[in-house]
Amino acid sequence: MSIVLPKVSVKDLQEWSKLGEVFTSGHRLCAGCGAGAMARQVTLAAKALGDPYMFVNATGCLEVASTVYPYTAWDAPWLHNAFENAAATASGAIEAMKSMQRKGLMKERNVNMIVFGGDGGTYDIGLQSLSGAVERGHDFLYVCYSNGAYMNTGIQRSGGTPQGAATTTSPPGTVIPGKIEWQKPLAEIMAAHDIPTFTASPAYPRDLMAKVQAGLKHDGPAFMLVDSPCNLGQRYAPDISMEIAKLAVKTCFFPLFYTYKEEWTLTGISSRLAKNPDRKLPIEDYLKPQGRFRHLFKPEWKKKLIDIQDTVDEKWERLVKKATCV
Amino acid sequence: MSGVRQVVGMTGDEAVAHAVKLVNPDVVAAYPITPQTIIVERYSDFVNNGEVDTSFISVESEHSAMSACVGASLTGARVFTATASAGLALMYEILYVASGMRCPIVLAVANRAFSAPINIHGECTDQLVCRDASWVSLFGESAQEAYDETILSFKIAEHPDVMLPAMFGIEGFIVTHALERVETLSKQQVEDFIPASRIVRDRFCPDENKTFGSLVLQDYYMEIKRQQEEAMQNAYKVTEDAMQEFSEMSGRKMEIIEKYQLEDADYAFVSYGATAGNAKAVVDRLRAKGEKVGALKIRLFRPFPSMDIFQALSGIKAATILDRSATFGSPGTIVQTDIASALYGKENVPSLHGYINGLGGRVLTLPEIEEVYEMSKEYNNIGMTSTTDWVGYRK
Repeated sequence: MSIVLPKVSVKDLQEWSKLGEVFTSGHRLCAGCGAGAMARQVTLAAKALGDPYMFVNATGCLEVASTVYPYTAWDAPWLHNAFENAAATASGAIEAMKSMQRKGLMKERNVNMIVFGGDGGTYDIGLQSLSGAVERGHDFLYVCYSNGAYMNTGIQRSGGTPQGAATTTSPPGTVIPGKIEWQKPLAEIMAAHDIPTFTASPAYPRDLMAKVQAGLKHDGPAFMLVDSPCNLGQRYAPDISMEIAKLAVKTCFFPLFYTYKEEWTLTGISSRLAKNPDRKLPIEDYLKPQGRFRHLFKPEWKKKLIDIQDTVDEKWERLVKKATCV
Repeated sequence: MSGVRQVVGMTGDEAVAHAVKLVNPDVVAAYPITPQTIIVERYSDFVNNGEVDTSFISVESEHSAMSACVGASLTGARVFTATASAGLALMYEILYVASGMRCPIVLAVANRAFSAPINIHGECTDQLVCRDASWVSLFGESAQEAYDETILSFKIAEHPDVMLPAMFGIEGFIVTHALERVETLSKQQVEDFIPASRIVRDRFCPDENKTFGSLVLQDYYMEIKRQQEEAMQNAYKVTEDAMQEFSEMSGRKMEIIEKYQLEDADYAFVSYGATAGNAKAVVDRLRAKGEKVGALKIRLFRPFPSMDIFQALSGIKAATILDRSATFGSPGTIVQTDIASALYGKENVPSLHGYINGLGGRVLTLPEIEEVYEMSKEYNNIGMTSTTDWVGYRK
């Protein structure tokens, strides 16, 4: 069985935008936050499918900013339990509803369960609970919106922080220039569970929403990694968030693809870049506008920049080699 | 079947599993840990043989077990789990979420010592240190009490005046693995005792666009916590009524505290769990020697039955508190400090002598308990109103 991405046209987006927001205005995310755009796109794609939907949210920016009691930005069933256990919480809710449906205590129907977690809640503290829930096969789409650090608690380094990035726990010192390690290969780790795995960017809404729908239509767990720009933590002006997100894709730092078992497929811009390698932008184009990488442009860290470019190239080539293009 | 008493030989763990089977909860999410394992093993048999229609979620940790229980409970489902020691400690964060979100989850604890050093045997510290987590907390002395408290806990937790989770403990191996005589109930009796309908509450379900688990700051947090305290206070009366109803249904007397030969006693043992059996045996031995001594067993630990304990100990000269739990640098044993608070400032109350004993499954023999009793009398004779000792270890 393979994954079929639905075609999402601009006209579809126009129609769906009339359905009414699920993630509504009034939330307290920062101006320029990519997570808000991501949440609107994911929720609307779910709503457009027609089946009922529910959300479980790990502790993080999206959670704290959207549900400051007694208010909520969610026009949907929404549940937050704690930081590291969103997938486990969803598995309990899913199995409870199945059990009560079996016993005639709840109406029988398909429910689309979406779980949101940030990079801290997914790459790091929530990985065990996610892996366990996926191994057990509960039917949900887990969306990790990675902004590349613990932004909610004040920009601390996570397993999803890019190499070289300055955070408050990987500061650009005189000896160590920001984070030492490359990010954990989260999409590959999740794909190794033999589940549909997608990457997406809020800068490319049609691609993202098509993948949300494909993930929800799949019977069983699916995973999506979203690159979520964060002007506060990545340090750039709030009006260029989507530009930053596009540069992550155009430099092949964050390729758009999906994979299921043996099949790897590049989508959107990434697919075009694979066919036209000369249009791939240098990594400096992505790093330079962001304050978190500013120190790397000092002469003493020139080697570091070259290393990062080499790693991006090597990972991209490896992906292109095994992927087909759409 | 109703009214016919069936007697079966079961271990404490098996008794719990069989009682849960009669309740047939919608979800059991659990992770194996000695000495709780028989509970989840038997229950897995029931699930895989189609004897219950529970969704059994065999999670990858106790943290996920309690997390899944919270997710399940908020959909309105009836939920059970079981753990011990390190597993309960790993759940600790989510214990507070479960009570804070008013999830009437039932948790069986096979009381076991904490690491380090690692040890798998009976000790009640694991459950006692959860005293402030806003969970109703009960202890059982025997496989029979394990069986009964399993069913009772659902009744208390799901009561609309309570809506808090409930845990009950039986000591590892001493009760969990000991084969005992258990009088069982019929399916009909349990169905009559526990309502067939599920709890009425705001539910995390497709038909209700509701937000659960909001961020609540200085402006509302304390009101929500205060509601938990009121629910906990309500749990006392609810437990009393539920025990009364259970006693009538089962023909077995069940009380918040159990009094043994206390009426004319000058001295008393206070204990909980399996130790209470030994205390009663020692009372018999001492009575035979002419000592006026009785025993008090605490079954309900939270909410703490302060008034019952005051009344039961009123007129007693000295109380010997046998506490199978460890605490360090504390003014007394865990249960002793609670009793001291309950009695403080009241007239005609005993001196309190707490004994930390039985850690990591160490046995405090009946002769040793008699020695401890003599120690308490001696302390009392020289006017010491409060003492705490460790007993039953190599000095």
